[in-house]
Amino acid sequence: MKIKFHHIILGLLLATMGCKKDNYDAPSSKLTGRLTYKGAAINVEYNQVPFELYQPGFGKTGAIKGTFQQDGSYSTLLFNGNYKFTIPPNQGPFMWKELASGKRDTLAVTVSGSQTLDIEVTPYYLINNTKITGASKVVTAVFDLQKVITDANAKNIEAVVLYINKTQFVSAGDNQIASTNIAGSAITNMNNVSISVNVPTITPTQNYVFARVGLKVADVEDMIFSPVVKVNY
Amino acid sequence: MKKISIITMLAISVVAGSCRKDSSFLDVPPKQVLPTDLAFSDPALVLSILGDLYDRQRDFSSLDGYPSREYPQSPNGDREPGWRTFADFSEAFPSENGSSFLVQRTGWGYGEWAIWDYGYIRDLNLFIQRATAATKLTEGDKARFIAEARFLRANYYFEMVKRMGGVPLITDPLAYDYSGNVTPLQRPRAKESEVYDFIISEAEAIKSILPADVNQKSRATKAAALAMEARAALYAGSIAKYGATTPQVSLPGNEVGIPSTQANAYYTKALSASQEIINGSAGSYQLYKVLPDLSDNFAAIFLDKSSVNQEAIFVEDFKANGGKVHGFTTNDQPFSMSDEGLDAGRLNPSLNLVEAFEKLDNTYAPIATKDAGGNPVYYTNQLDAFAGRDARLAGTVLLPNGLFKGKRTEVFAGYQLGDGTVISSGDATITQDVPGLGKNIQVVGKDGPVNGLEFRTQTGFYIRKYLDPTVGSGRRGRGSDVNFIRYRYAEVLLNAAEAAFELGQTGTALGYINQVRSRAGLTTPLAALTFDRIVHERRVELAFEGHTLYDMKRWRLATRVWDGAQMSVADLVSNIGSATKHNTQPFGLWPYKYFNPGNPNSGKWIFKEVKPSAVTGANRFQIGNYYSQIGDDILSANPKIVKQPNQ
Repeated sequence: MKIKFHHIILGLLLATMGCKKDNYDAPSSKLTGRLTYKGAAINVEYNQVPFELYQPGFGKTGAIKGTFQQDGSYSTLLFNGNYKFTIPPNQGPFMWKELASGKRDTLAVTVSGSQTLDIEVTPYYLINNTKITGASKVVTAVFDLQKVITDANAKNIEAVVLYINKTQFVSAGDNQIASTNIAGSAITNMNNVSISVNVPTITPTQNYVFARVGLKVADVEDMIFSPVVKVNY
Repeated sequence: MKKISIITMLAISVVAGSCRKDSSFLDVPPKQVLPTDLAFSDPALVLSILGDLYDRQRDFSSLDGYPSREYPQSPNGDREPGWRTFADFSEAFPSENGSSFLVQRTGWGYGEWAIWDYGYIRDLNLFIQRATAATKLTEGDKARFIAEARFLRANYYFEMVKRMGGVPLITDPLAYDYSGNVTPLQRPRAKESEVYDFIISEAEAIKSILPADVNQKSRATKAAALAMEARAALYAGSIAKYGATTPQVSLPGNEVGIPSTQANAYYTKALSASQEIINGSAGSYQLYKVLPDLSDNFAAIFLDKSSVNQEAIFVEDFKANGGKVHGFTTNDQPFSMSDEGLDAGRLNPSLNLVEAFEKLDNTYAPIATKDAGGNPVYYTNQLDAFAGRDARLAGTVLLPNGLFKGKRTEVFAGYQLGDGTVISSGDATITQDVPGLGKNIQVVGKDGPVNGLEFRTQTGFYIRKYLDPTVGSGRRGRGSDVNFIRYRYAEVLLNAAEAAFELGQTGTALGYINQVRSRAGLTTPLAALTFDRIVHERRVELAFEGHTLYDMKRWRLATRVWDGAQMSVADLVSNIGSATKHNTQPFGLWPYKYFNPGNPNSGKWIFKEVKPSAVTGANRFQIGNYYSQIGDDILSANPKIVKQPNQ
């Protein structure tokens, strides 16, 4: 069959008629930030500490959920509008303000265009001045511990653990290759705490590992961490 | 003329045919749908309605699996295969590559195990309402049908409270009045203790209506109601007692968590309900002691459907060639005796479980693979390594060289030579040369183990519990009709023992637990009882019966046993019998043939503990896993529902 001119016109007409705009643009305002305490970043386990954003006024009341990265940062794409930010109960190695009714406090966030919002929290402890070094198949960490919450909500240290892993994800839940822990009761001096761990044989061979120190607070599930360090040994 | 008369007659008949009353023309009773009053007029019809309700019960483990009816729905809408519902928690290894996620994940999502089937509750409530209103049934039938539906409803609430904590207790079929206002339909969550109280009071109310008949196993009986009551009261008691160790797992309104002051009251109820079965007032239930070989006897509890079996109390029944069968045997039969070619060997019990079975002198010991000097232990027969142990081991697990359907399994991982060299291959059909023995020798067993070779064992063990030796039961077309036992007498004894122990009546508790143990060949009675002993006894007696998760949850042991730490062989063989022993990764025990001509041990077997290569994750049970997350659609549809503690 020969293609006639009016066939092409017809085809073009149909095509242009289908060119209607979608009803919504995808969300484009980026809300980013990190967990901080007086400017210091709070490091947590990857994908374990969740946060929730509620946007009231749209019928159903489900949350927009996300989790913090290892270095305590988060990012989420949102529509412009008013949101409430909160962290679910019993999550995170820090205190989150609770209202008198026992409900979790929320942080009002007005999103208009991309912006940065750091989340100020009060951790139970801080791991300061961490120095992680490696030599002859042993990774050693030296660090100071600082008890931040000392009032009635204070909690003891259950254990301090040095984790190493082949990849940059370093924690108990990330199939770490080795770890050493010190029970909280064995820590007498909070300064210059030292832990070392032997590096097992890695296949395929690599001459570096990623390491960080985790602190487990008694009766709190999530651990607080020092920043991830790449160590040659 | 003739034509005219025919047309006239036709016209008359058409006109006359339409001369009917509107009511008789329009009100035609449906021929495919039975109206309620008709359906509830005949006991056989009522039973068929009830049959559907029986079929929709939920268990944790199920031989025929379950459709993903629960919340959240599986993304593919697929069916959870029966064998896989037994395979988690490091008690077994899944030898099917598509199911490796079970041993590769590092924990469970907070939504795992959630169910929220109020459609089923509504159907049960409607059934109760309609049966109550029925006029043409005899009083006896009517009372029994209603009691059965109340049993199913209580049992489903039990299943929900185990997973979700307190849920809305709805006991009447809610009706919407189309007013636009749904507030009357939104019910808040009951306290966790209120749900348990409901289950206990329902069981007390219906137990005397239900028949006390030991041969009635697939329909609710007095003993089934009492067994449910005993288990529910025991769960509530232990949540009250051990929940105190995890204060984070509670809500201010007690929708989750039971105050510890209520523990003794619940334990007392659990003990008295169990004793009502034990003293015979619900029928002459007793432990199954029929076959002389104690392991065969233990396996036969799950296979024997005759009236000789007075141990099974309430079962999910199946019938071959009758439309209700399951593929458990097809999926899990030993590869070399498979009725269905490549369909076999998926569920491989782990060495972790095998080592938990104690020796006949009531002590714990790992399977000896090395002597004190670190040299391998040589066995003439593979089965010698497992000799002198609890008879339930060989009754639950099909050991290497074990007998099934008159044949023995062939499980070996390779030849080990005198210099320590191991000769192995990727499959039984791939031969190798063994120096001194010959060329092209088969070097691995037809039944495995080879890492990653699915449908053969990868731990060295096959499952024996529920495995059907009937001819043809391994075929996909025929399937197996072995029962799934939901409540059995041995569990009632263990429930009674635990309740008595927690109440300080150790003598009574020992009497019950020793009955269960002597049936398994452990004839030296225990003289002292500890909490760890009770945990251990339930693990070995009730392995693969869907108790593991709920037991670990109610004792609040789950976070300690499944703590996410990787396991080594040293961890595996130490602390056996401790309630808090880590159990995060399934291990295997691989037999090797020792070949060293001139050595007296040549031709004997040695064993090695192996972590199958697919096992990369480690089970990590988090605080938020104790009670499954409630879905956002439920929360948003009903603002009165409070969230779970960690949600």
